[in-house]
Amino acid sequence: MMESGPMTGPVPTDGTADGAHPRSADLSGVPAKPNPAEAKGEIDGTFWRRFTFRRPLAALILQRLGLSVGLLFAVSLMISGGIEALPGDFATTYLGQSATPQAVENIRKDLGLDKPWSERYLSWLGGAVQGDFGTSWASKNSVGEQIGKRLGNSLFLAFFAAIVSVPLAVGLGMLAVQFRNRLPDKIINVVSLAAISLPEFFVGYLLIMFFAVKFGVATFPATVYDSMSLTERLSAIALPVATLVLVVLAHMMRMTRAAILNVMSSAYVETAELKGLGMFRIIARHAAPNAVAPVINVIALNLAYLVVGVVVVEVVFVYPGMGQYMVDAVTVRDMPVVQACGLIFAAFYIFLNMAADIIAILANPRLRHPR
Amino acid sequence: MPEMLSVKNLKIEATSYPPGEPPKTVTLVEGVSFTVQKGKVLGLIGESGAGKSTIGLSALAYGRGGVRITGGEVLLDGKDILTLDKTGIRSIRGARVCYVAQSAAAAFNPAHRLGDQVIEASLRHGIMSRDEAKKRALYLFRVLGLPNPETFGERYPHQVSGGQLQRAMTAMALCPNPELIVFDEPTTALDVTTQIDVLAAIKHAIEETHTAALYITHDLAVVAQISDDIMVLRHGKTVEYGTTQQIIEAPREDYTRALVSVRQTKRDEAPDQTGTQLKIEHVSAGYANGFKVLHDVSMHLPKGQTLAIVGESGSGKSTLARVITGLLPPTEGRITFESKELPRALKGRSNDELRRIQMIYQMADTAMNPRQTVRDIVGRPLSFYFGMHGAKKTARVKELLDQIEMGTKFLDRYPAELSGGQKQRVAIARALAAEPELILCDEPTSALDPLVAEGILNLLLKLQEETAVSYVFITHDIAIVRAIADSVAVMHRGKLVRFGPKSKVLSPPFDDYTDLLLKSVPEMEIGWLERVLKTRRMESAGN
Repeated sequence: MMESGPMTGPVPTDGTADGAHPRSADLSGVPAKPNPAEAKGEIDGTFWRRFTFRRPLAALILQRLGLSVGLLFAVSLMISGGIEALPGDFATTYLGQSATPQAVENIRKDLGLDKPWSERYLSWLGGAVQGDFGTSWASKNSVGEQIGKRLGNSLFLAFFAAIVSVPLAVGLGMLAVQFRNRLPDKIINVVSLAAISLPEFFVGYLLIMFFAVKFGVATFPATVYDSMSLTERLSAIALPVATLVLVVLAHMMRMTRAAILNVMSSAYVETAELKGLGMFRIIARHAAPNAVAPVINVIALNLAYLVVGVVVVEVVFVYPGMGQYMVDAVTVRDMPVVQACGLIFAAFYIFLNMAADIIAILANPRLRHPR
Repeated sequence: MPEMLSVKNLKIEATSYPPGEPPKTVTLVEGVSFTVQKGKVLGLIGESGAGKSTIGLSALAYGRGGVRITGGEVLLDGKDILTLDKTGIRSIRGARVCYVAQSAAAAFNPAHRLGDQVIEASLRHGIMSRDEAKKRALYLFRVLGLPNPETFGERYPHQVSGGQLQRAMTAMALCPNPELIVFDEPTTALDVTTQIDVLAAIKHAIEETHTAALYITHDLAVVAQISDDIMVLRHGKTVEYGTTQQIIEAPREDYTRALVSVRQTKRDEAPDQTGTQLKIEHVSAGYANGFKVLHDVSMHLPKGQTLAIVGESGSGKSTLARVITGLLPPTEGRITFESKELPRALKGRSNDELRRIQMIYQMADTAMNPRQTVRDIVGRPLSFYFGMHGAKKTARVKELLDQIEMGTKFLDRYPAELSGGQKQRVAIARALAAEPELILCDEPTSALDPLVAEGILNLLLKLQEETAVSYVFITHDIAIVRAIADSVAVMHRGKLVRFGPKSKVLSPPFDDYTDLLLKSVPEMEIGWLERVLKTRRMESAGN
């Protein structure tokens, strides 16, 4: 298990050099000139090269998967190294004023802090790949258990924010294209820009002030308990979801608009126009499928943000999610918790971006239907 | 004869936004009138900027970008389509009038199957049911000679060749049974050997379906094969309008006469071709992924002469130029220049070796830094190879500009402020600045209008006389080969098919490929296409 890091890492990286050519042309979403020569040519070389040639789609996806795993290991190393580089340690923070050299030494020994860093990293990694993140130093509870519940809460919030924001952003983006440079487009632009420009805690407090305090239609704080029913939970998270939607909407909406506009100036859209098709059909059927790749990337980034970057919103709304948990752990140098949170956040980022990459690859007819 | 399309006194304007100045209204087309009858083809011909495409699109009441039709009438079957509202115009586009674009590769949506795109307009306008449309598409695929017509529609645009796409685009235009089709340079982007097939397919399809057509092109020889009438345009105005026979055989205007006779410059080859300034021996080359592009190519070029390399796209002719420059090191074989073997790769060559071989590209646009003035562009090799600077450098740049017949007023212009021909001239000056012994010309005239291209060719010939520079001239155009070459190399799929003095290579007995290539070049002669197709049919019957 220990060796799997270095082993899995380089293998797909190797492949990228071969695959770099087809990939660069694809992800941009611009139709590249097919290379007839390549299809007819005699191909010799390694097994991977031949595989890349015969099954470009499978090869690219395998490559992405491999890269993601390698990247995750690299991140685990950086998290561990970064924590090592932090000044101060758990023992001194925990003991505070009463820290005698002997007491500090005892705690360090108990926690295994006297062992070399590489050894601690490997044993932690060994546990982590089996799903065991160790026990929290501060609370002496299992990290896995504690995180499980918090992660569930965070995902619950992120899921509903995504369900509202993604269709809304794409829809508004298409609407903005249809009314390009006219009033609806301008209103959508200004409002979304204003929403992204305001700091999220400010948006959060504004929403609390109006909807919870003045009109009294929403619940605050948004704390959820195990005993709550689904409807109670939903009404509790209404305000944080609204805040998150406002924060991520503009980015996705503007990217959708830009990507579709870019496609709208292409020759095949002119062809569609000269076929006498209606504006809506042109946008939905001829422009949108070709704008998927850039849009999906921005959506993935924002989804990742919904899981990883919600610390402020969680604090404002007193929502028991992952972000809050991690911040608390950092202040007391509770390393197993920090490491576990960091790794899970990284895993989400990597997974979502990988998914976006793979969807972008699948959206490309050149790769789905090789010559 | 009923008039399908009648355009009267058309005026088209556009608004341009020059940086730092108030918007300007530019007149693109003025006072153009013509008629097209059912089953007839009108050819619109002229150089780029003549307004051909703009006029063609006006038949669909469409303007690209900020282009507006501001005056005149476009009568389709007697009714003015310019007075229609949006819905009215939409009901005409793709139903009664269809459009075939220059680059079918860009005009097909990469995300959908060809068949779906071909029948889309017919279905959307409710002209026929899906089954009927599919049947019609199959019929058209057959008429247009597409391979495997039953399954052709299931393919995606990137899965078929450029010539097939262009024919599919024609099928798409013909599918709804339109009254008029606008062909906008449908064969310009194709190789000659493919062009002849597409031309024949289009001609056959027009005859089968009795539709009227506008055929836009800059190639008079092509339009002579397909149209009944021709209108010559320049700067948005009509130069001459008449029957094809009258325009080709008895042109009245000077401009038309120049167009008709443009490809008639010819030069005799040098009698002695034994010298070997450049010697290419058994060169093979390929890309990093293992794909081999050149197979065992050998040729040579005497000092002060021109070697033309002909072939269609994918024949490896540009790759050969890259091998000579050292940009792509050969995998086998060697290249000798002035009796000295050249290092394979660019990195291994000395400054002087680099200086002696220069290059001119097809797209002068992309080969020049848009943020440098002509002075900087031409001056750069002067300081790089000869260490010139200050007044001496400026004097030399002026001298070079004189040599390319442009004069010193262009000294401080940016590439964007030059026309296509002027840009190519500056590129030539930049090559000359290094005082090279060999210039590799990679299709330097194929992006230019015929008259401008002729000017560039004459300039190259003049410079060769003055400086005794040698040229390797890469082209797909046999007429250019006839005009400037001493020796010719014909390439096909990475192999050398034929090499020798021009008179030998271009006269029989031919190998199959050279024969096909030579016969595919359109000639300025009515009935050429039928004649070639007839001999082809006879040959295939004889086999």
